[in-house]
Amino acid sequence: MKDVRLLSEPFVPEHLNVPFAKANAGLGGVCTFVGQVRGGEGTEALELSHYEPLTLPGMNDLADAALARFDLMGLLMAHRVGSMLPGDPIVCVSAAARHRRAAIEAVDYCMDHLKSAAWFWKRELGKDGEWRWIEPRRDDYADLARWAQS
Amino acid sequence: MQGVVTVLFLGPLSDLAGTASRGVPAPLDWQGLLEAVGPAVAQQLTQERVNVACAGTVLADKTALNAQAGDEVALLPPVSGG
Repeated sequence: MKDVRLLSEPFVPEHLNVPFAKANAGLGGVCTFVGQVRGGEGTEALELSHYEPLTLPGMNDLADAALARFDLMGLLMAHRVGSMLPGDPIVCVSAAARHRRAAIEAVDYCMDHLKSAAWFWKRELGKDGEWRWIEPRRDDYADLARWAQS
Repeated sequence: MQGVVTVLFLGPLSDLAGTASRGVPAPLDWQGLLEAVGPAVAQQLTQERVNVACAGTVLADKTALNAQAGDEVALLPPVSGG
């Protein structure tokens, strides 16, 4: 099963990934990654913007690519947009498979692509009250390039 | 009556443009787009890392833009990830 969501309101990852795991009866393993807004680095708030006609279709294409590439039973991919505070979940990716490696690698693959190839723009509010756009990092592109080689 | 193409400025381009969107008379080609968005955004648009979508599809060659009345043209700067 494939479950891809764009969420404009705060969410509790367990409310998505627990039912997801239950829905994949007979799985051998489930791997879940939850990303949240980092605190303690001078960030007061984070705002994620997207472009409706591209962002969700792009996430669906990514999920299809992961399902085709790895031997999965199911894939859950949920991503926030809008304003968030430190500690808020931003993203939850969960993969269910008969064997662990497919689940672990699929989550890694989806996260690398969400970080550097999905249509999201991020800006953060500093403690000085100024909003700053976050530029892509070189590491993100290097992470993505790993998947082109194999 | 002449129709309008809606140009959307995504992410940091909205700060450069000073607006999130702008209506431009149709039809709109690449040269017309560069003239319509102002020099600061036009300078960004000429960089390879900035993409252009027309009517919901990212253009493989943005200089081939040919937007018609009612189309939405989205200017897409590099993404900053999830």
